[in-house]
Amino acid sequence: MNHEKTPVIKCENISVVRARKEILCDISLHANKGELVAILGPNGAGKSTLLSVLAGDLQSETGSVFFGDKPVTEVTNRELARLRAVLPQRVTVSFPYTVAEVVEMGRGPKLGAKDEDLVENAMQRLGVAEMRNRLYRTLSIGEQARVSMARILAQDTQLLLLDEPTAVLDIGQQEKLMQIVRSLVEEGRTVIAVFHDLNVAMSFADRVILLQNGRHAASGTPRETLTPETLSSIYEHKIDVIRVNDDTGPVVIPGPRRN
Amino acid sequence: MSELRRLNSRTVAIVLSIALVIVVFNALTTGAYTIRFGEVFTVLFQGPAETSDANSISHAVFWNVRLPRVALAIVVGASLAVAGVVMQGVFRNPLAEPATVGVSGGAAVGAVIAITLGLSKITLGVQIFAFIGGTLATAIVYGLSRVDGKTDVVTLILTGIAINALSGALIGLAVFIADDDQIRTVTFWSLGSLGLATWRAVAVVLPLAIIGIALSTKFARTLDLMALGDRSAAHVGVPVERVRLQTIAIVGLLASSAVAATGIIAFVGLIVPHILRLVLGPKHRDLLWSSALLGAIVTLLADLAARTLLAPAELPLGVLTALIGAPFFLWLLRKMRTSESTWS
Repeated sequence: MNHEKTPVIKCENISVVRARKEILCDISLHANKGELVAILGPNGAGKSTLLSVLAGDLQSETGSVFFGDKPVTEVTNRELARLRAVLPQRVTVSFPYTVAEVVEMGRGPKLGAKDEDLVENAMQRLGVAEMRNRLYRTLSIGEQARVSMARILAQDTQLLLLDEPTAVLDIGQQEKLMQIVRSLVEEGRTVIAVFHDLNVAMSFADRVILLQNGRHAASGTPRETLTPETLSSIYEHKIDVIRVNDDTGPVVIPGPRRN
Repeated sequence: MSELRRLNSRTVAIVLSIALVIVVFNALTTGAYTIRFGEVFTVLFQGPAETSDANSISHAVFWNVRLPRVALAIVVGASLAVAGVVMQGVFRNPLAEPATVGVSGGAAVGAVIAITLGLSKITLGVQIFAFIGGTLATAIVYGLSRVDGKTDVVTLILTGIAINALSGALIGLAVFIADDDQIRTVTFWSLGSLGLATWRAVAVVLPLAIIGIALSTKFARTLDLMALGDRSAAHVGVPVERVRLQTIAIVGLLASSAVAATGIIAFVGLIVPHILRLVLGPKHRDLLWSSALLGAIVTLLADLAARTLLAPAELPLGVLTALIGAPFFLWLLRKMRTSESTWS
């Protein structure tokens, strides 16, 4: 894998306090070129908040976020749009825009000559080109998720921040989407994604960071980090990691339901 | 619903332009005094200077009554429709409109205050006050509907309701203290009419309308991106809060100058963009200019109906548009609640 000296994005000692409650405490994280980093943890662990801080939406109380060498506070909104794309959990589009129009929105305020190709490629890659003239709001949630992913891709940024990209997809669509994400990473892009599904992280992530109550709980490669001991402690439930066969990676399952 | 039928924007441009010409001719010839079709050209080419020809009555009616009225209807209709498009785009809601959000009410209050203070004798006194009232209402709506640096749409509509109630109360108060003459003028402002159209009114509104409409076209693409919601629009590079401030200023300009000329003419800014979104799709590049055209047509037609339906009496134009517009608003509200909600 192609690791450069300066990470594409890094954050150091991030803390976020909301309504006197500490949501994130002293979190550091980095992601290199050609790397998929997964943010994991139980509900309310601060995963989405961390992603918002990385995206530049949210100012942290302490610590800072760097895009390359540049602190996020010195990057304008428009520059930021060229550096990173963000996929929220769900996007509602007001007014009856078509799929093609929504994907084109990824190109931002100023449309140029090469935009058409980027939009077309993004639609082809996500398999939404055939529904280009359908209205976004009439699509199923799964279809909307793919169109939104195509929009993110059309933005053509080095860094992609994805908040649970597979949450609303069935298992087949989930695998297809993750293979697309994986191929983006192999092409040299950087992806930081929040996942609920530990098995998706196990199969596709290069590194994982586990959060618990806003604090760093564990991090490293998925196989080293997602162990029965660590997961059982973080998720406060007995969790097993088993090997099915040599072709598939380890699988995370809840522990025995009867003791 | 997912089956998409949209018309080519060029076809729509041609159809709307032809329709506008036809409606303009009808509006010029029809009325208490009928000007024959052929006469229109004769008096038009005679120029505005007074004549003592056989057609001197037609000439006077044409230049002093009909033409300014038609011109004002076009300018005000285009302004209101474009203000509606911009407001709906920036608040992501097809129900936002200068009148429903309270901007028109604020402008009417400004006008009414000027009248009761006896400022209607001063040149442009009423217009300036209307402008101040409308812009102030826009600022209040904007300020109050923001929570944590974001504009919440439900709060926006509710703020509009409150502003409208306050406007109604203030106008009522003005009627209470006004003398008979003033009451007639106040009624004019709150009901909305093109009956007092003069060249001077046209001269005031026209430049403001041109500026407002021209500025709004600069935001066409940005308004499309706003449909993604504040966060995602910001993610693709839209300076959301700045855009909101600038577009609201444009709405204030367009709506206030329109109300300053004619009083409250509600729902033009609601119906026109809605129809065109069905025909052309929601992209603002096409929606803005086509709304200006259709806004002019609808206002001309409504005014034509207002002055001919009960002739020789004249229905207040604002009453007529509200009679048609309010049920339309309710229908739209129901449709939005049953289909996918766009309230957030």
